[in-house]
Formats: sequence, C-alpha cells, structure tokens
Amino acid sequence: MGLFDRFRQGLKKTAQLLNTDVRDLFKREGRLVDDAFLDELFEVLIKMDLGVQAAQQIVEEVRQTHRARVVQLTDVTATIKEKLKQLLAQPGEPIQLAPEGLTVIMVCGVNGSGKTTSIAKLAKLFRSQGKQVVLGAADTFRAAAVEQLAIWAERLGVDIVTGEQGSDPASVAHRAVAAALEKGADVCIVDTAGRLQTQQNLMQQLTKIHRVIGKQVEGAPHEVLLVLDATTGQHGISQAKHFTDAVHCTGIVLAKLDGTAKGGVVVPIRQQVGLPVKFVGVGETADDLVPFDPDSFVDALFEDVEAEPSAAGQSR
Amino acid sequence: MFESLQQNLTSALKTLRGKGKLTEANMREGLRLVQQALLEADVSYSVAKDFIERVAQQATGERVLSSLDPSQQVVGIVYKELVDLMGPVDHSLHLRGETPVLMLCGLQGSGKTTTCGKLGRLIAERGRKPLMVAADLKRPGAVQQLQIIGQQVGVPVYSEEGQTDPVKVCRNAVKHARETGADVVLLDTAGRLHIDDELMQELATVERQVQPEQVYLVVDAMTGQDAVNSAKAFNEALELDGVIMTKLDGDARGGAALSVKAVTGVPIKFIGVGEHLEDLEEFHPDRMASRILGMGDVLTLVEQAQRRFDQEEMARQEERLRAGEFTLDDFRKMVAQTTKLGPLQKVISMMPGMGAFGGMLEGADVEKDMKRLFGIIDSMTPDERRNPTKIIDQSRRRRIAAGAGVEPHEVNELVKLFGMMAPQVKEMAGLGMRDRMKKIQELQRGGFLDPGAKMTRQKKSTGKRLSAQEKKQRRKERERQLRRLKRKKRRG
Ligand SMILES: Nc1nc2c(ncn2[C@@H]2O[C@H](COP(=O)(O)OP(=O)(O)OP(=O)(O)O)[C@@H](O)[C@H]2O)c(=O)[nH]1
Ligand SMILES: Nc1nc2c(ncn2[C@@H]2O[C@H](COP(=O)(O)OP(=O)(O)OP(=O)(O)O)[C@@H](O)[C@H]2O)c(=O)[nH]1
Ligand SMILES: [Mg+2]
Ligand SMILES: [Mg+2]
Repeated sequence: MGLFDRFRQGLKKTAQLLNTDVRDLFKREGRLVDDAFLDELFEVLIKMDLGVQAAQQIVEEVRQTHRARVVQLTDVTATIKEKLKQLLAQPGEPIQLAPEGLTVIMVCGVNGSGKTTSIAKLAKLFRSQGKQVVLGAADTFRAAAVEQLAIWAERLGVDIVTGEQGSDPASVAHRAVAAALEKGADVCIVDTAGRLQTQQNLMQQLTKIHRVIGKQVEGAPHEVLLVLDATTGQHGISQAKHFTDAVHCTGIVLAKLDGTAKGGVVVPIRQQVGLPVKFVGVGETADDLVPFDPDSFVDALFEDVEAEPSAAGQSR
Repeated sequence: MFESLQQNLTSALKTLRGKGKLTEANMREGLRLVQQALLEADVSYSVAKDFIERVAQQATGERVLSSLDPSQQVVGIVYKELVDLMGPVDHSLHLRGETPVLMLCGLQGSGKTTTCGKLGRLIAERGRKPLMVAADLKRPGAVQQLQIIGQQVGVPVYSEEGQTDPVKVCRNAVKHARETGADVVLLDTAGRLHIDDELMQELATVERQVQPEQVYLVVDAMTGQDAVNSAKAFNEALELDGVIMTKLDGDARGGAALSVKAVTGVPIKFIGVGEHLEDLEEFHPDRMASRILGMGDVLTLVEQAQRRFDQEEMARQEERLRAGEFTLDDFRKMVAQTTKLGPLQKVISMMPGMGAFGGMLEGADVEKDMKRLFGIIDSMTPDERRNPTKIIDQSRRRRIAAGAGVEPHEVNELVKLFGMMAPQVKEMAGLGMRDRMKKIQELQRGGFLDPGAKMTRQKKSTGKRLSAQEKKQRRKERERQLRRLKRKKRRG
C-alpha cells in the first residue's frame, strides 16, 4: 500500500463520520442556503475541532458565496475545501536536514500525546532511507519511558543513548548528540518527557535541553517537532503557543488520526501560531506515519462526501 | 484562549445586565456567548446546544423575567445546570464482595496505567490489599511501567512473561489474588481505539469472564469534540460505572467532562491532577462547572453587580419612604431583594413591620408562596398597587385572583396585611432603612455569595411539570438502572 493510500485509509473513518453530517444537510436535491443551513454547517465544522473562530470564518465564506441560493452539495464543499486548503497552505517543507553532517531532531509535547511512538516511526523512516540513526532517551521521568524507547530501538536496529531514571535529561540529550557525532550518524532524535505547558519549571527544562543541543551542533536542533494528539480540542492552540515559545517548534506531528477524531485544531494553530503539520500518525506500529499534505488532507476528509451523495441519501 | 473566554462571559453578562428585565432578544445574544464559551471549552456541540436550550427555557420562564436581577439568575441557572449535569457525585469505589475487580479502559495515552497506580495507592492507604494487573501486552514497556509504579506505591503487580492473551492474564490474576490474599484487583488494560472492533471485543470478553465490580473509563481532559464518540462506544461495549478524568493539572478547560457525562450518564469519580501517584482527587461538579465557564471571575462580577444594585435600590426605596410613599411595588421589591440575602423567613421577620409576614411565610414551600404573592401583585394595575386598600373592591379582587390563579380571599389577605404593614414601615423609615438592611446583609452574607443556591429550590417547585425530553431522559435512566440491577444479579 502506498503512503497516500494509507493516509487516506486512516482518514476514511473520519470522513465517514463527517459524511453523515454533511449529507444530512442534503436530504433533498439541493438546499436553500439560509440561517438554518448555515447553523448546521457550523455544527459540522465545530465537530471537526476547528474551533469557533475558524468555523465562523468558513460559514461566513459560504454565506457570502451562496446566500439565499439553492445549492448542490459539491458547490458548498468546494468552497469549504478551498477555504480549508487556503488556511492550511504552507511552503512544502519536508524535514529540514542539516546541509551536511548530523541532523538533530527534538520531540516534545504534552503527556501521552504519542512522542515516543512517533520517534520510533521517524527512526524507521530514516532507516528506510539508509540513514544511520541514534535515539536519545531524555525522558528520565516517566516510569519505563527509557525501556519503551529501548524496545523500539532494538526492534528497529538503531542505537540509543539512555540515562538513569531521575537523571538530568539535558545531559542525556547532550550524550546522545555526542554519541551521534562520534559515530558519524546522520540523524539524532531526542525524546523528551511529556509535560503540560503550564508547568514552568518543566518548560524551562525543555529550553535547557534545546540550548544544550544547540551548543553541540551548528543550527541544531534542526527540527523541533510538537506531537499533538488528534483527539485534542481547542487546548491544542495553547500547547502550540507555549511549546513554540519555549523551544521554537518547527512543525507538528499529528498522532492518532486513525481514530474518529478529525484533528481540526491544526487549522486555528496554523492561523494563530503558524506551525505547519509535517507528519500524521495513523496507528501504533512503526510504519504508521505519513507526511502531511494539506491538499490531500482536505480532499481525503471530503472525498466520500462528494462521492455519490444522492446514493447515500437513498440508503437512509 | 483563557482570557478570551473570560471576556466572552463578561460581555455576555453585560448584555444581560442593566436592562432591568430580560427580553428574548438580549438573552439570546448572552446565551449565544455562553454557548460559544462552552464550545471553546471543548464541550461537544450537541451537548452544548441541548444545554443552552434548557437554560433558555428556564430563563424565559416567568420567574426570571419578572425578577429583579435577571443577570444574576441567568448566570446562576447556567452555573447550576452545569453542576447538575455533571453530578451527582459518587466517589465510592464500591469495593463489595470477596475480591472485587476494578477495570480501567480508554483510548491510547489517556492515563490508564498512571491512574491504576494512583488507585492502587489510594486503596492500599484505606487498609485494603490491592493487586495491580499488567494486562497491556501490546505497548512496548507497558508491563515494566506498571511494575515500576507498583514498586513506587508498594503494591504488588501481577504479570505473565511470554503471555499474549490479556484475557488469560486477567483471569489468572484474579485466581492469583485469591490465593495470595489480595482483596482488590486492578486491571490496567491496553489503550485502544473505540472503533477497533477486535480490541473492543477483547475488553468485553474480559468483562464477561472476570466480571469486574466497577469499570472505569479514563479520559484525557484535553479531549475535544471526539469525546462523545469514544465515550459512547466504550459505554456501549462495557456499560461503564464511572469516569476518571486525567491531566486536569494544566489549563485545559475540561469541557469533555460535560460531554462524557452527558452521553454516558455515569458519574465522574476522580480527577488526575499530576503525574505523581498521589495526584488523584475526588471529582467536584461545582469546581468543574466554574472551570468550564471560567467562572471564578464571573462570580465576583455577579457579586459586585449585586452589591451595587442593592445599594442603589435601597437608596431609592428610602427616598420614597421618606416622602411618605409605600406601595405594593415597593413591598414586592423589598421581599424579592431580601430573598437574595438568605433564608426568607429569617430575613423577613427581621425587617421593620414584617414580623407577622415572616410568620405567615413559615411553612413548607416558601418559594411557592412567594410566587403566589408576586403573582397577585403582578396581576394588579399600577393604580391598584399604589393604593390597594382604597380601590380594590370585590370585582377587582375577582379579576386579580383570576389573573394570578389564586382564590379571591388570598387577594384580600394580602391587601389586609399590606394595610397593617404600611404605616409601620413608614414609621420605621425614619430610623434609617439603609442601616437596617445593611445589618441584615452582613448577617446573611453567606447565602448571598451563592447565586446558585436559590436555583435549587426553584427547580424543585417545577418538578411536576416535566418536558417531553426530560421525561424521556428519566425513562432512559430508569431503564438503565434496571439493566444495571440485572447485571449485578447476573454477577451474583
Ligand atoms: N492509534 C494510535 N495510537 C498511537 C499513535 N501514536 C501513538 N499511539 C499510542 O498512544 C499511546 C501513547 O504513546 P507514546 O508514544 O507513549 O506517547 P508519549 O507522548 O511518548 O507519552 P509520554 O512520554 O508518557 O508523555 C501509546 O499507547 C501509543 O501506542 C497513533 O498514531 N495512532
Ligand atoms: N500532567 C498529568 N499527566 C498525567 C496524568 N495522568 C497521567 N499522566 C501522564 O500521561 C502520560 C500517559 O499516561 P499513561 O498512564 O502511560 O497512559 P495510558 O493510558 O496507560 O497509555 P497507554 O497504555 O499507552 O494507552 C504519562 O506521561 C503520564 O505521566 C495527570 O493527571 N496529569
Ligand atoms: Mg514518551
Ligand atoms: Mg498504559
């Protein structure tokens, strides 16, 4: 299965849920775009976790384009898709590799969002590109966090640098980067403990890890990825803001998009913080990672809505 | 985000305040802002919508529209409804029977394993002998994680090396617990998606075979709109007994608490407030409601508005009394105002010339009496209110009684009472009404600070007239309880 197919499959469940909603709006052939219609549309968008502001913007767009007209489904979805694509538009940034030598990637996020698993996925991706990878287990706090990453390292056949439980995470990060430099590795990925952005001491600790890495390699860390749980609601905006303040995040990994959550909070995040989504997590194995592409994200979201809406209408 | 919510609510309140009475239009705008606040707090769209509709229904009722301070009442109702929706509290773990089993389940990374350790610690602290079971055989390092946590809290952990079937682990663990004298079993299951049929089936099998006394869903406080989908699916597969919400130590508004409670109906038992194993607290709906609404400030605002309003109103009344004027309108205001200060009889008997009236109000349902009383006054013409003793004759009495839905003699009683009271009140005015009221206020400050307190009583009095929707909900609840009973029986 190709990457894009898998991506689409992950999103299919999401789309199915969404479909029923949008199709509800079109029980008859075409519908008048009135307040009731726009309210229902607002509901659909809110349920994608887009947030009030972004949803209102889109509704406004539809109001202006279609007001008091009888429309076909595709007219409306076309407008919404265009708006969403516009909102998510970003320069095509793949992972920023160091121009030469070691690339350091730091991974951060709130508790349980999927950091460690995403690192395993990234490691696998780099391995498949023939790159040598070293992992830094700088979560020295959570019970068995080191063991978790070590098991992945063993499965994937990559090196790992660990520290004692409770030891200074910055020093583990330092040793990991040093080991990667010594081995002449291509990529070093540093795991960090989950933390809530309101915990100032822990955020400072994160800043320290960032600083330590920066002193070892020119331009490092080259990527600072914020792992965001796709089930997260509007709290995700505050996560993006504060983690970016602390460690200059360069992008998002949107994990757990294989559920029914829509991950729509990446839209207001893009608007307010500017962070682009770089990868999407669609499962618990090391293969379940796909690069994010806003156009296919939006298309996949609406794919089934646009396919045979009338047939769906008849089946109810 | 936090600030914008506060701003929203503050402006919502402003819309509702200072206009004397609520019109449907100004309330709609205010409630729209409340709805927006709920959505931004990640309350599910449908849940927020139902909620707002219910509040609107209550608020447009006569009680609020004819009351003195509608803003306070609307915010009070919003708050109170939120508290009601997330209650009632039940912090018991229901550790009945010989070796009760407690099962934790939920989405990936929600905090099951950590919560298992926290509960183990709590149960051991209460003098029981818990056994924690490592039934997550899937996630790398899950078993070790629970083992380390077990060491940290001094609770034994059951695990099986090389085992691949979590159902077997759970079954064996219960046997092992009985053999080793452990008297509570805690199952830490693997995280799973609610749409993963196979894994959901696996949970159901564990439930069937091990028959846990309690099944808890562990929910991340940061969850957005999807909370209703997953909670519903877990509840359908397992019939949950409770919810534990984690990661509330941050600034997540935790609107998911409302969503999850609304779709499952099961009590929220505990909240996780940190990564450390003592960071588990009992759930309190009132605190959660304040959190979702960002209400700390709103309450202060209500309080301030109230104080200002009372002072102005008191000054105005005093003016009128000085001028020798005292009408049923003044009387009505006085009574309505004092009810905000605390238990009605107490306050009223302390008012000048009102001793007799307070006695009359003593009895079962003060709120109901108040409603009748106000109903009578509201059915009068301005002239009648200004001069009741002089102009209310038999035919007017009948008309007023019909309008208020009371017996004519009740109208008569009120008019007589007023006739007795008015001269006394006018006399007392010279002594400084303001000082008297101030004193009362000080004495009653406790009740004054709780705008929701009144609402409970008001709700009770409408208990007989359930809407179709409420009836449906009650029926569902009864059916649910029945199912539960049956299930308990099945378990023996
Ligand atoms: N379904 C699904 N589960 C995932 C995905 N990514 C991670 N998970 C699961 O989510 C849970 C948490 O993942 P971790 O990688 O341990 O998360 P973390 O952010 O490192 O957690 P902490 O270090 O404790 O803060 C695990 O059970 C993972 O298997 C995903 O894309 N899809
Ligand atoms: N801040 C905070 N973190 C918590 C809380 N509860 C759990 N965590 C953290 O959340 C992350 C995930 O917790 P786990 O207990 O591993 O979650 P889980 O549900 O067992 O995860 P899986 O088994 O992978 O599905 C860890 O980093 C925990 O330390 C809480 O109340 N507050
Ligand atoms: Mg981790
Ligand atoms: Mg776990």
